[in-house]
Amino acid sequence: MNDTLLDVRDVVVEYPLKGFRKEPFKALKGVSLDIRPGETVGLVGESGSGKTTLGRAVLGLAPVTGGSIKYRGQEISQATRAQRRELSHEIQVVFQDPYTSLNPSMTIEQILVEPLTVRKVERQAANRRVAELLDQVRLPQDAAQRLPREFSGGQRQRVAIARALALDPKLIVCDEPVSALDLSTQARVMDLFIEIQERTGVAYLFVSHDLAVVRHLSHRVAVMYHGEIVEWGDGDQVTGSPEHPYTQRLFMAAPIPDPDRQARHRADRLRLLDLQHQQDLQAGVA
Amino acid sequence: MIDTPTALPTPAAKVPLFRRLLAHPTGAASLLVLFLVALASVLAPLLASHDPNTADLQSVLAKAGSEHLLGADSAGRDVFSRLLFAGQFSLAGALVALAVAVLLGVTGGLVAGYYGGWFDSVSSWLTGLLMALPGMVVLLAARAVLGPSMWLSMMIFGILLSPAFFRLVYASVTAVHNELYVDAARVSGLSDVRIIGRHILTVVRAPVIIQSAMVLGIAIAIQAGLEFLGLGDMNIPTWGSMLNEGFINLYKSPTLVLWPALVIGAVCVALTLLANAMRDELERSRGPAKRRKRASSAAADEAEATAKRGDAAVIHPEETTGSAGGILLEVIGLGVGYDQADGSTSHVVNHVNLRVRRGEVHGLVGESGSGKTQTAFSILRLLPQGGRVTGGSIIFDDEDLAQLSEKEMTKVRGKRIAYIPQEPMSNLDAAFTIGSQLMEPMRVCLGISKAEARERALALLAKVGIPNPERTFNAYPHEISGGMAQRVLIAGAVSCQPDLLIADEPTTALDVTVQAEVLNLLRELQDELQMGVILVTHNFGVVADLCDSVTVMQTGRVVETGPVRAIFNNAGHPYTRQLLDAILEDTAPRGALKNSPLNTGTPNTLSGVTL
Repeated sequence: MNDTLLDVRDVVVEYPLKGFRKEPFKALKGVSLDIRPGETVGLVGESGSGKTTLGRAVLGLAPVTGGSIKYRGQEISQATRAQRRELSHEIQVVFQDPYTSLNPSMTIEQILVEPLTVRKVERQAANRRVAELLDQVRLPQDAAQRLPREFSGGQRQRVAIARALALDPKLIVCDEPVSALDLSTQARVMDLFIEIQERTGVAYLFVSHDLAVVRHLSHRVAVMYHGEIVEWGDGDQVTGSPEHPYTQRLFMAAPIPDPDRQARHRADRLRLLDLQHQQDLQAGVA
Repeated sequence: MIDTPTALPTPAAKVPLFRRLLAHPTGAASLLVLFLVALASVLAPLLASHDPNTADLQSVLAKAGSEHLLGADSAGRDVFSRLLFAGQFSLAGALVALAVAVLLGVTGGLVAGYYGGWFDSVSSWLTGLLMALPGMVVLLAARAVLGPSMWLSMMIFGILLSPAFFRLVYASVTAVHNELYVDAARVSGLSDVRIIGRHILTVVRAPVIIQSAMVLGIAIAIQAGLEFLGLGDMNIPTWGSMLNEGFINLYKSPTLVLWPALVIGAVCVALTLLANAMRDELERSRGPAKRRKRASSAAADEAEATAKRGDAAVIHPEETTGSAGGILLEVIGLGVGYDQADGSTSHVVNHVNLRVRRGEVHGLVGESGSGKTQTAFSILRLLPQGGRVTGGSIIFDDEDLAQLSEKEMTKVRGKRIAYIPQEPMSNLDAAFTIGSQLMEPMRVCLGISKAEARERALALLAKVGIPNPERTFNAYPHEISGGMAQRVLIAGAVSCQPDLLIADEPTTALDVTVQAEVLNLLRELQDELQMGVILVTHNFGVVADLCDSVTVMQTGRVVETGPVRAIFNNAGHPYTRQLLDAILEDTAPRGALKNSPLNTGTPNTLSGVTL
């Protein structure tokens, strides 16, 4: 049980900036976390915090310039194309935007078959697999011959999930997969994520800016701020009684959908900001 | 259920480009012309009555007649036969130029756009150089060095034309290169060749086909020009050399110049029109047609849904508290529709009633497609192209906005009804400073001097919590953050002290911590100015934070309306309850991972598929 699926240690990601001898932009400044089989690790933070970059680094889509990413003990941060191809049935991805993550000119069947062809699955077996996948994500069988534009956002996201599941991976990096969806669609897609996890034992690295989504899905939660993880631990602990001042601010900022409780919450937030301000001042004096 | 994925629209008919072109009037006509010219050239040996190069002194400058269908030239060669054979060489020459241009431009553009790096820099520099070269001069120089070969000069011309394709492909590839589906293909382990073939070539195919028709026309014209100047190969008949011949004998036999000129003109015009027709057809397949379809299917869904439900909106009694004043805005029976190409109207908002009091924040809640934004925009009369109010009235301060002329509406908009958009950045003009964008409306609405407007703008920026108003005043939009931009827009919206503020998802694009601050700002301003506010949102947290009353919309209709506490605590409509149930804020955290038997390494097999 305690074996680690993914082990991220002190990872640094730097993007070179245009201009002669300019310091590169550090998107990640030494980030560490680990994921166990069948576990959901929530990665929460605001725009520019580096949470998406961490997901992309795991997928080999971001330049890792320091630290290590180990998948089942094997170093993958500098994996070659061929090694990546081997990894494609271990690590998969579901992106945020269901409108640009599916090629508009390919049918759903072509989209789902694509990862299978890389693994040289026979045509007939591939067709069977497509039918199975559509079933898993609750899409009707006649969806196979349609184009992505004929589907709603929630349905497209189901297709993207089916594509990720095609090779039966052990880890799926989910980059804000429900952020673009309507509230009730979002709830249903999240239920699907949980159901698939309970059935197949896949692990998720679940990136989101939405605290409620992360709390609902995650066993453990990491909070990112300015390219660093500022808090990391069990979901109930991090989302229930956060310790880091930034996490506290973050959680107090999210409004509660109840007028009276939100009024109290708002007052609490102002008190917290005031308190943190005082502490900062004292720290500055001392 | 909203997202039951069973009802799918019928698949869009996929008609091949060629078939669509035949249905397009100019497309079909130009295809016909090109087909006839190509056919005549190919069949030249069969159709021609004479050898194109045989000189016959008997028939020098012969008139058109039974022996020479279109007459003969100064060497007694048959014009009709020469025209047919010249077609072979002229078309083949143009195709050579095209092939070279496509080969160089498309492969170069693909590689440079996809991989970037040094190849990108070098090829972009080369493209710039090629485009700076005067084509005619290069061709003349090449002829002087390499001799009068049409094939060689067309190849060189192809190189000169390649930037047209390079730039086109390069732009398409860099646009699509960072699309998420390309990333997804990479994660799937697809090789670069496969990704380019599968995902990238499909994107550049259409523009390359269109560009090819244009380039072919240019190549034919340039080639004719070269030959006309007498710089061509005199041993082969081409339309250009015939033009030259005709021009020399213009006074003796005027018709000699006519035939090649007609053919060249017809082919070039046909190619240009064909390119336009292809552009029409290839680009019409996306865009407006899709939107129309969605709107109409939404309307149909909605008609069906109401027929099935047959239930009316739930209306909670208003609370009689002291804070809210008299009625500011009363929308009664509002309908919004979009005119369709076939003359019908698709209705996206139906019989919407909405009442906003002075000093009240009214939340307009719903999911995408519910018509909440359409309703808000129709109050401002800022509906997108083709949209209009189809019925009902919008009584604002005893005046029906639906009846006002466009000119009268301009006076209301901005001054009495202000607007805060969802995307702050795209609503600021990148070419002007923040200050000038704040001052301009104030000078128009309030008729104040520039100095006074500046003073007010600075005061407003300070008021919306911008730490250094002077600096932001002089900044351009790209120099400030999204949260700051939204503050600027809020400052602009309240600058003319409006009675009603319409905010369309004002915090959706912002981070939660910024959202909390913007919500605080809105609350303070609303308290101070006693505006009525319509807050369009899908976030119940925002509603709870700011709103006094709420209207819930679904597929263009109001399903429930009432004071905010009544909606949260006592929702009457099933759809409202469903929305409230979907809220995750109060659900328990998932807790730590339990020991699950599933985690003990499942074999990596799919049903029937061994990987």
